[in-house]
Amino acid sequence: MPVIAKAPGYKGDVRDRVENYRGKQLLYVGWDDHMMFPAPIALAVRPEMSFGEFVNEVLPATAYPAHPDWARIDWSRVEWLRSGERFTPDADKSLADNGIGHKAVIRLRTPGLEGLRGTRN
Amino acid sequence: MEKTTATPPKKLGLKEKYALMTRGLGWEPTYRGADELYDQIKFEGIKIHDWSKWEDPFRLTMESYWKYQAEKERKLYAIIDAFEQNNGHLNVSDGRYVNTLKLFLTGITPAEYGAHRLFAMLGRQFPGVGAAIACQMQAIDELRHVQTQVHTISQYNKFFSGMSEWRHMTDRVWYMSVPKSFFEDAMTAGPFEQMIAISFSLEYLLTNLVFMPFMSAAAYNGDMATVTFGFSSQSDEARHMTLGLECIKFVLEQDPANVPIVQRYLDKWFWRGYRLLSLVSMMLDYMLPKKVMSWKEAWEIYFVQNGGSLFNDLSRYGIRMPKYWEQTVASADRLSHETWNTFYNFAGAAAFHSWAPSDEDMAWLSEKYPDTFDQHYRPRFEWYREQEAQGKRFYNNSLPMLCQTCQIPLNASEPDDPTKTAYREVEHEGNKYHFCSDGCRDIFCHEPEKYVQAWLPANQVLQGNCFEPGVDPEAPGFDAAAELFKYYRLTPGQDNGDYRGSKDEANWLKWKGLAPADAAEAA
Repeated sequence: MPVIAKAPGYKGDVRDRVENYRGKQLLYVGWDDHMMFPAPIALAVRPEMSFGEFVNEVLPATAYPAHPDWARIDWSRVEWLRSGERFTPDADKSLADNGIGHKAVIRLRTPGLEGLRGTRN
Repeated sequence: MEKTTATPPKKLGLKEKYALMTRGLGWEPTYRGADELYDQIKFEGIKIHDWSKWEDPFRLTMESYWKYQAEKERKLYAIIDAFEQNNGHLNVSDGRYVNTLKLFLTGITPAEYGAHRLFAMLGRQFPGVGAAIACQMQAIDELRHVQTQVHTISQYNKFFSGMSEWRHMTDRVWYMSVPKSFFEDAMTAGPFEQMIAISFSLEYLLTNLVFMPFMSAAAYNGDMATVTFGFSSQSDEARHMTLGLECIKFVLEQDPANVPIVQRYLDKWFWRGYRLLSLVSMMLDYMLPKKVMSWKEAWEIYFVQNGGSLFNDLSRYGIRMPKYWEQTVASADRLSHETWNTFYNFAGAAAFHSWAPSDEDMAWLSEKYPDTFDQHYRPRFEWYREQEAQGKRFYNNSLPMLCQTCQIPLNASEPDDPTKTAYREVEHEGNKYHFCSDGCRDIFCHEPEKYVQAWLPANQVLQGNCFEPGVDPEAPGFDAAAELFKYYRLTPGQDNGDYRGSKDEANWLKWKGLAPADAAEAA
């Protein structure tokens, strides 16, 4: 049942549809083993932006660089997940061409870096 | 009704009076059909065969209702006057305590107003007179609670930051969408779901977790004003709880086909209530300068034991414990830590202060949470304190990803692993939706057309909708945080941020004649 409503065929207005983001799309990012950050973060990004640009320009403007592990990340060893599945992004291709659509959730894993004093914080 | 004759006895007994003033109000509509008059009571699929089976356990007439309530008001306002004249706000345990009141006023008081609206609508919708009268009285009770809370807290508002714009903030500030959306979800449901959501799940099953800890905490922390309004509403709460229990039994006894519908409502509203109560969990474990009990202890007493025996009673109707209740027990030693960490991170955008726990606080947390605190949470607070000592208090300057259902940041960990964020994702008509938990995901999946509409505060900021009219987020030099605070009516540097170094703290130390270095000791 899509909804319990008096009106038959009731449809809700999709508040987060991509058209509402002025040419951008929602992107959620989580950093595994860094629970000091209480939740993944929400960003609005242009789908034509390259993955490389996202890593080099968007991520450094988030809260993540405040973590002491950030400066130690070896970006060639980072593992990426998209909707919980491992994938290998192409830094030169756009987010869209990397299969990262509106409201995608991607996660990074940084092997060897497991939070404050290794406590996954 | 058939007994009313030309010569009524001079003085009516309580029972007769009640019958005349409640049941006697019922009549058969003739201009319009009953289906048209009570147009919302069928679409949920709940079957009621005989409304006269509704028992009002209180048998309270309007006449005695006004009398009781007026007496309570007189006492309450006499105490509030005395509290004000004696500068009662100076008697609380520490200035940090007032942040629990900020959370109460901005989060819970508007929710009471939501409850007032909800019961006013229910009083109109139920064809049974007993149920309608009980709902109308509760609608007035809820409005009274709003008023008494506003009046009580107004004394604090004169001396502390963050409370003056509570009504404006409740529609805008990110974390306030959690209680707001909870009540709006209930208010937009069918009347039986509303009743089970608020009267039963919230009032009967979970209200003790709001009122008992808040009120005993208020007493323990020297806040006599809050204790007084707590007592004043407590007798109402007892009546509301009884209404909730009566309602669920009535619905279950009317038709066996109601059982699975009621069970689903219980599953849903238990989970929604549990997520909402995460605010109470952090209040108990982190915000009270003098602690009364841990969240884990409160959950064990008020849900596992009391709730467990309640569901045991209901099992004769075929009702079982709410879905995923085991997860709430497994997470009882994480909930408050995950929640407080969220507010520590996003203190820059909150209208109350947060802070890292002191050594003494952390010793208490270690003792209460031996399986989790030292291993998972102490390290982050120690790091926060190191940063603070270097003058670099950590603030998370990103926006959090929010759960589509409860609207809380995705701060919950996997039920079996405190070191992994729980991610839940579903696709509906070409869009992805994300959730903090299995419970929130299931609620969405049952009624996606309702929750696709959620006004998620972080996403609304990203859409450019959380700025004052005429502000252009694309303009050069646009300062998103400054513009967001204007929209919130939050005064940065005063209402938000860490308690240490705040105006509240400076005032508190001045009034109490303490030096800043003594602050931690005084707590």
